[in-house]
Amino acid sequence: MKFTIDWLKEHLDTNYDDNKIVNKLTDIGLEVESFQSQLSELDNFIVAKILNAEKHPNADRLKVCDVDIGKNEVVKVVCGAANAKKNLLTIYAPPGSIIPKNQMKLSITKIRGVTSYGMLCSESELNLSNESEGITELSSKKYNNQVGKKYFKNNTSKVIDLSITPNRADCLGVRGIARDLAAAGTGKLKKLALKNIKNSGPQKINIKITKEKNQGCLAFGSCLIKGVKNTESPKWLKDKIITLGQKPISAIVDITNYVMIDLNRPLHAYDADKIDKGIIVRNSKKGETFKALDNENYSLKEDMCVISDNSGVLGLGGIIGGIRSGTEFNTKNILLESAYFDPRSIRKTSKLLNIDTDAKYRFERGIDPESIQLGLLKAAELIKKICGGEISKIDIKTNENFKKNQIKFYIPFFEKITGFKVSDKEIVKILTDLGFKIKKQKNLLKLSVPTWRPDIIQSIDIVEEIVRIKGYDQIKIEEPEKAKLKPTLNKQQKLFHFLQRSIASKGYLETITWSFTDSKINQLFNGNKSETKIVNPISSDLDVLRNSIFSNLIVYLKNNLDRGFKDISLFEIGPIFSGHKPGDQQIAIAALRSGKVSRLNWLEKERVVDLFDAKRDVIQSLSEAGFDQSKLFIDDKTPDYFHPGKSGAIYLNKNEDKPAAYFGEIHPNIIKKLDIKTETLAIFEIYIDNIKKTEKKLKDQKSKYKYSDYQKSERDFAFVLDKNFKVQDLTKVISEIDKNLIKSIKVFDIYEGENIPEDKKSIALNVTIQSSEKTLTDEDLEKINKLIISTVENKTGAKLRS
Amino acid sequence: MSDIKKIKDEFINKLKEDLDLNSVNQIKTDLFGKNGKISNEFKKLGSVSAEDRKKFASDLNLIKDELQIAISNKIKDIEIKEINLKLQNEKIDVTLPERSFFQGKIHPVSQVIDEISSIFSEIGFNVEEGPDVENEYNNFTALNTPDNHPARDMHDTFYLDVNKEYLLRTHTSPVQVRTMLKGKPPFKIIAPGRTYRSDSDQTHAPMFHQVEGLHIDKNINMGHLKGCLNYFIKEFFEVDKIKMRFRPSHFPFTEPSAEVDIGYKIKDEKIVIGEGDKWLEILGCGMVHPNVLRNVKVDPSKYQGYAFGIGIDRLAMLKYGINDLRSFFETDYRWLNHFGFDPLDVPSSYRGLSR
Repeated sequence: MKFTIDWLKEHLDTNYDDNKIVNKLTDIGLEVESFQSQLSELDNFIVAKILNAEKHPNADRLKVCDVDIGKNEVVKVVCGAANAKKNLLTIYAPPGSIIPKNQMKLSITKIRGVTSYGMLCSESELNLSNESEGITELSSKKYNNQVGKKYFKNNTSKVIDLSITPNRADCLGVRGIARDLAAAGTGKLKKLALKNIKNSGPQKINIKITKEKNQGCLAFGSCLIKGVKNTESPKWLKDKIITLGQKPISAIVDITNYVMIDLNRPLHAYDADKIDKGIIVRNSKKGETFKALDNENYSLKEDMCVISDNSGVLGLGGIIGGIRSGTEFNTKNILLESAYFDPRSIRKTSKLLNIDTDAKYRFERGIDPESIQLGLLKAAELIKKICGGEISKIDIKTNENFKKNQIKFYIPFFEKITGFKVSDKEIVKILTDLGFKIKKQKNLLKLSVPTWRPDIIQSIDIVEEIVRIKGYDQIKIEEPEKAKLKPTLNKQQKLFHFLQRSIASKGYLETITWSFTDSKINQLFNGNKSETKIVNPISSDLDVLRNSIFSNLIVYLKNNLDRGFKDISLFEIGPIFSGHKPGDQQIAIAALRSGKVSRLNWLEKERVVDLFDAKRDVIQSLSEAGFDQSKLFIDDKTPDYFHPGKSGAIYLNKNEDKPAAYFGEIHPNIIKKLDIKTETLAIFEIYIDNIKKTEKKLKDQKSKYKYSDYQKSERDFAFVLDKNFKVQDLTKVISEIDKNLIKSIKVFDIYEGENIPEDKKSIALNVTIQSSEKTLTDEDLEKINKLIISTVENKTGAKLRS
Repeated sequence: MSDIKKIKDEFINKLKEDLDLNSVNQIKTDLFGKNGKISNEFKKLGSVSAEDRKKFASDLNLIKDELQIAISNKIKDIEIKEINLKLQNEKIDVTLPERSFFQGKIHPVSQVIDEISSIFSEIGFNVEEGPDVENEYNNFTALNTPDNHPARDMHDTFYLDVNKEYLLRTHTSPVQVRTMLKGKPPFKIIAPGRTYRSDSDQTHAPMFHQVEGLHIDKNINMGHLKGCLNYFIKEFFEVDKIKMRFRPSHFPFTEPSAEVDIGYKIKDEKIVIGEGDKWLEILGCGMVHPNVLRNVKVDPSKYQGYAFGIGIDRLAMLKYGINDLRSFFETDYRWLNHFGFDPLDVPSSYRGLSR
C-alpha cells in the first residue's frame, strides 16, 4: 500500500513530522516497508568543476576537460562549448543519464580518438531555459561547495510503502490509515467534505441482481453520467497515480483508481452505450467466455459472479472488467459501479482463473459495504469536475441487509490478556476514535463495530485494538518461572540426540539436506517404499519426498568429490517418507564414507574403507547408546542399494523383527550409474524408530557388580566348516556351552585355500575360560576343552583343524 | 689365606676393566662354576686343620660375598650402559605427524536447536514433535486459517495430492494443535523442526527450520510472553542487555499478535546484537486465538496463553555470522568443517551454551 504524506494529510490534521508519522505507523501495526523519494532521472545531474580545459588534439573546436565531479573523482569529458574553461562550475551528466531535452541516453564514447566520460550540459539541454549557446555557468559563490552534489533538488514527495496484514482491509485506503493514526493520537481525522450533487434524474439503466444460490454480489450501486468528455488527467491526479507506481490512463480510469486507494472503495466505469439493455448480475454458466481488460480471454466455470447484459458477460464482479464495455477517450456516457461482493466468492473465482487485481485484493479482504454511496459521490463529483457531464441519482440494489457486528466487551478482559490496565475512559476514547459506537454499562461495553472492520468479531479482537493503539511497549515483562511440568526430552528424543553426537564423534560431518529429492535418484534407494510425488515441486529434480536419505547424500558426496576431496565422511539424521499421510515417516540416520583410511600416511599402510568400518561405527554407537553388544544379531538381508555380498542388517536381539540398522558397501551399479569417482563407499543406516528404548532409567538398569579374581585361561581352536557357515552361529554355539565359564570368544583368523577343501573354511578362535568360584584345575580345563570341540562338531558339522 | 686374597685381588681388578656381559658371566663361571676358583677353595675346607678351619671359612665367605657383589654391580653397570646406548639409537623425530584421525562435526542448525532446547528447558518447557507431512486441517483450518482466508496466500505450500488435503507443513504450529488435542492443559512446550515453503532465492530456501513455543495455563498473559522471549533472546545471544521491540502484527492463530525486532549495529562488518539503532525482525508471536483453543477442545474461558514461532536458521546466521541461508543445505565439505561444532560441545546451562 503506497501513498504520500501529503495525501495522508488530506485526511489527517497533524503537527507530527514525517519521521514521527512513519514510526507511529509501525507502532500501531501498519508496518512501514520503505519511506523514500521516488527515484528521478534528474538525480544523476551533478555540480562539477572544470579543473583543466585543453584543445582537442584532433579537432579545433573541441576541448578535452578534466572535470572534478566530487568525492575525489576526476573524469575526462570532451566538450564543444566555447565557454568551457578552467575553474568553471557547471552541470555534469555521467554515462547512463538521460538528457531531458531530447531523451538521449549517454554512453561512454570516443570523440575523434579521445574517450569522453559523460557530458557537460547547456541550460537548454536541461530544459532550464532556451540558452543553448555554451554550457551552464553556475555562480561560484553559490555552488563552490556543492561540487559532487545533485544539481536538481528531488521534489517528488517521499512515498510510504506499507505492508498491510490480511486482516486490515480498511487500511488499503489512505483514509483508513489516517483514522488509525488519529486514534493513536497523531492528529485529527478530517471530515469528508462532499457537496450534495445536483442530480439530473433517476439512473435509467436497469440493474438486476438475480436471486440464486451462491450469488456473490450482495449489493450493486450505480449512477449514470451523461455527456462526459474523457481526457488526460490533470497533473495533481497524474502525480497521485504515479505515486502508486502506476501509469495514468485517462481521467475516468484514473479517478476510479484514485478513489479506490483514497477510500478503499473499488469502482468500475462502463461505457453506458455499450451495455445491451441493462445489467444482470448473475452466476456464470460453465463455458461462458469473455475478454477482460488485461486482454486475456477467460473461459468461466459455473457459479462465478458475473456482471452481464443481454449479449453476455461484461466482467467478473469485483475482479476485472471486460473490453467490450470499457471506457475510451471517445466515451460519452458512463455507468459507474460501486458494489459489494462476498469475499469467499471473489477468492474462489480469482483462484480458479488465476487473476490478481487491486479490486480483487480488496474485495477478498472485505470492503466497507456502507461505502457504496460515498465512493459513487466522490468519483462522480471528480468526473463532473474534470470531464463534465450530468449525474443521475444514485441507484442501489441490494440482495441482503447488512447487520453491524455487535460485541459485548468486559473491560477487565483487557487486563487479563495483556497484563496491564488502561482506564475505562481511555478505552472508550480509543474505540470511539476507531469508529465504534459504544454503550457503557459499568464494566461492560456494548459495541457496534464499524462496517469497515469485517475482521472484528469477538472480544479478543477488541483487546488487540486497544493494546496496539495504546502501544506494545506498555506490556510489562514478567520474569519466567522455572518450574517444569515434564522432562525436557523423552526417551526417543534423548536417543536421537545421543546418536547424532555419537556418529559425529566417529569422524562424520553432519549435514542437513532437503526432505525431498530427485525421483530418478530416489528410485535407486527407495527400498520398495512407495513414491510420494509433490504436486507443485520447486524444481523437477526435487519432485518427490525422499524414501531414503542416501539419494541426497550421495549427490552431495559427488559434488564434494568433484571439488577434489577424497576421504569424506558424511551423515544426516532426519525424516524419510513412505507415504503422503501424516505419520508415513520415520527418523533415520544415513552415513557414508568414501576413499581410504590412512591415505598418504608415513606410518600406517593405507587401505580403502570397507563394510567393517561401517559396522564398527554402527555397533560402537549402539553400544555407547546403551545396547548390549552381545545381544546384537546380524543377518545378511539388506535393501537392494547395498552390495549383495558385502552388507548386513543389525537387530537389537534375535527376536526383533525390524532391523535397527543396515551396514555395508553401496551397490557397485549405483556408483557406476551416478559416475562417482571413489575407490569404494561404505554406508550405514540406523532406524531410530525401530529402536525402542527401555523405560527404565539408568539408575534402575545398573545391575549388581560381579567379578571374578580366579585365574583366567585362554585356549585357541581352529575349526574347519562349510564356507557359508556364519561365525555368529559358531560363537553362539560355543558361548551357550557354559555361560558361567566361557567369558569371551575372539575370532582371530579366517582361512581358505591350501590344505582346506574348496567348499570349506577355517575359523580360528580364542576362548577365555574363567570360573567365578574357584581356580580351574588342568582336569577342569581339559573337560571344557573337550566339551567345546565335541559340541561344535556335533552341532555344526565342523572338524577341529589338525 | 694369601691364595684366596690373590684370587680376590685378581678378579676385582679384572672386573674394573671394560667388559661385556659375556666376559662378566665368564668371570662368574671362573669363580663360582663347578671348577671355579672359589668353589675349589670351598672344597678345600675339609682338608684344612680344625683350628684354622673356622677362620678360613669366614675369610672365604667374606671374599665370596665381596666378589658376588662386585659381579652383580658390574652387571648392573653394563645393563645401564646398554640401555643408554639403546635409547640413544631409539631417538625419533617426534615432529613427524601423528596417526590420522577424522574430526566429526555437528551442523550449526542442530547445534542451535540444542542451544534453544537447553534455554527453554531452564524455564520449564519440554520438547514436542510433529510430522513433516501434515493434513490441511492441522496446518491451516485448526489454526483459524480457513480455506477462504487470504493469509493462506502468504504460505507457498507444497501439496502432496491434488485435493490439497495433504501437504508439507508450512510452519511448526500444527504441533500446537497435535499437542493440545492429545493432552490436557497446562501446556508448556517447544517444537523445533523442519518446515517447507515453495519459495527459493538468496534469502529463502524451500526447506527451513522453526521452533514453535506454546504456553497455556490459567493466567498466562502478554507480560509472560514478553518475559519469556526477553529471557530467551538474552540467553541465546549470550549478552547482558538486549534491545527488543514488540510490534503489532497479524497471524490468524494468535490475537493480539506481534512481531519482535531486536536492536543491532554493524561493527567491523560484523553484526552486534543488543546495541545500535537498527532493527531486525526475528520472530512472530501472540496470544493463542480463542478459536484455536476451541478447535483443540481447550476452554478459552478457563485457559489462555501465548505461542511463538522463531526461524532457527536465521538465529544461527545471526549468532555465528553466517551470511547465506542456502549454504546451510548445500553440504559443502569446507562449509561444514568451518561452521560445524565439535560433537562434545553439548550446549547446557552448567557448562554454558557455547564455548
